[in-house]
Amino acid sequence: MAKFELGNGNVVVIIGSGAGGGTLASELASKGVDIVVLEAGKRYTIADFKNDDLSMFNLISWLDPMSQSGDIAKHRPTPLWTCKTVGGTTVHWAGNCPRFQPHEFKARTTYGDVPGASLIDWPLSYEDILPYYEKAEAKMGISGRGGRPHLPGNNNFKVMAAGAKRVGYRRVHTGYMAINSVPYDGRPACRQIGFCMQACAIGAKWSTLYTEIPKAEATGRCEVRPESTALNINHDDGGRVTGVVYADAAGTMHEQKARIVAVAGNAVATPMLLLQSESGKYPKGLANSTDQVGRYYMRHTTGSVFGIMPGPVYWNRGTQMAGLIEDEAGHDPSRGFGGGYHLETIPLGFAVFGAVMMPGAWGETYARDIEKYTRFAGMWICGEDLPQTKNRITRDTTKKDRFGLAIPHVHYDDHVNDKRMRNHAFSQGRAIYESLGAEKVYEATPFASGHNMGSCRMSQRPEDGVCNKWGQTHEIANLFISDGSQFSTSAAPNPTLTIVALAIRQADYIANQMATRTI
Amino acid sequence: MMSIDLSRRALLLNSGLAVATAAAMASGLAIIDPQAAWALTTKTIDQETAAGLLAMSRVLYPHANLSDVYYGKVVEALDAGASADAAFAAMLRDGVAKLGAPYGVPFHRLSAGSRLEAVTAAQGSEFFEALRSTTVWTLYSNPQVWPLFGYQGSSVEYGGYLERGFDDIAWLPKE
Repeated sequence: MAKFELGNGNVVVIIGSGAGGGTLASELASKGVDIVVLEAGKRYTIADFKNDDLSMFNLISWLDPMSQSGDIAKHRPTPLWTCKTVGGTTVHWAGNCPRFQPHEFKARTTYGDVPGASLIDWPLSYEDILPYYEKAEAKMGISGRGGRPHLPGNNNFKVMAAGAKRVGYRRVHTGYMAINSVPYDGRPACRQIGFCMQACAIGAKWSTLYTEIPKAEATGRCEVRPESTALNINHDDGGRVTGVVYADAAGTMHEQKARIVAVAGNAVATPMLLLQSESGKYPKGLANSTDQVGRYYMRHTTGSVFGIMPGPVYWNRGTQMAGLIEDEAGHDPSRGFGGGYHLETIPLGFAVFGAVMMPGAWGETYARDIEKYTRFAGMWICGEDLPQTKNRITRDTTKKDRFGLAIPHVHYDDHVNDKRMRNHAFSQGRAIYESLGAEKVYEATPFASGHNMGSCRMSQRPEDGVCNKWGQTHEIANLFISDGSQFSTSAAPNPTLTIVALAIRQADYIANQMATRTI
Repeated sequence: MMSIDLSRRALLLNSGLAVATAAAMASGLAIIDPQAAWALTTKTIDQETAAGLLAMSRVLYPHANLSDVYYGKVVEALDAGASADAAFAAMLRDGVAKLGAPYGVPFHRLSAGSRLEAVTAAQGSEFFEALRSTTVWTLYSNPQVWPLFGYQGSSVEYGGYLERGFDDIAWLPKE
């Protein structure tokens, strides 16, 4: 494993080790670039992962303080459900990997000038990203792609699929999953364990923790520093970034010099790092002269539909989200909203079931329904939400973190388009379960968000976003955004495949720019 | 914002509950249930308040198949919170006293109908939310109750469900 001096200014410093940062590290290291990864969280191994909701939540979640407002104000204990650990949110993610649809890269052109939204087209097209989708799918071993079989359907899927057929849906299958349906890349096939989002205990699910990170280290060109919290990115008078100040596990500050800095801390920490790196030259923070850093934060239009079915389901058994309905994913304005959504299977573990299914619910009726746990079926709505300028990450200067820095403030309100889409999806989900004789259907509000996007978005023009089509900030040539923060719009699909594809593409660009000494 | 702290506390406490309980057992008050031969021991919370909290947790999430021992775990979690925070202890004591006050009877001695009425009237208060969130997190995260609801818990040690019924649903219509 490589070890680099703090003063070595030839390294690329990557902040974060999840889908974006971890992938960028392995891709660049394999091309001969020296890498230092700064990861705020601890490093665990698969042996540390238990089939237990609460202990895993406490072990790997990002629970640093943040304040919140708007339609997400009630989320407790955190408005986000992301991870603080080596591997980032790929440790707890469900593994769904649908590709974006071609029209979703042209949201402004396709959906028009939607009042209240700040839609733009992506500065790249489906054709541009297609080869990188294929590379990402091969890297991650996506089931249902590349000749690999789909996963088998569990009981929860079979319920959703049977109901979907009755309401006329056609594009129903077990999804494109970063979970092995057959052994792949040295990792085993899925055993239908049922705790995907509590970290896969056998490594059948792709996570950078045990794929990209060790591959990067094996090149001898990548050093991963866990428990290293990036606090500030430094720059020179010429406006190039020169290094990253970080605190180690003991709280001791260091500065790692850098030739290039790539930020991949998820959609809250990434803009926060740019904002708190304010200086005399950049008083509003780095790459923020057009006041775009932190804006257009997106988290998908979500919600869940839970049906109490006539017979046992045991939704806790098997791959949690291997179930996908694609029929509503397209753009069909006759439904009364722009963009589309997916329906995906979801179960809840009993430890969190009562608290999470209908937050705040109590009493005799609710307790009777909880007793019907084995008969529950569940699906999750995942649809495109629209970027709004007011939905943003800012610094809450009324509260300080353990380093004395202002904590993040997350503001998010649904757009009316989001509400109309959710209403449509609730109705469709209900129809699916009622077609099979469900005795009761719950329409449940969004959970804390696992999909966080757009707060440093890529744009053609600097006045519309933070970075260009390579994730390179408009303002600073050697500063990159390398996670879902760079999404111009959210699209309907789960974001990770696109984050990985963009990271592979960005690695090609960075390596070329370094080879030609452009940066 | 006590509700934030409590949610977090409830989450964090669960793993340490056994330790907290053991510590509380060493010294403190006890409510003895002679039928169940079971004792709820609290370190900080007084006996009448503890009895009221136990009764209220059962009003919030009533399950005939769960004996008081499981609701007692909720009171133990609250007691751990009260031992660490005097203001929280006072809120629990006052909250329980207020539930019974309009009836002139301690809450845990109220009729079932009056208990529901009193708890419903407390909705929206900080006390209510503290009880509700601690109960919902503590009661159902106790692995001992899982079999009573048909939940099977950890499966990796059994090789998952691949050969154990992940797709065994039998009642779905053929078409």
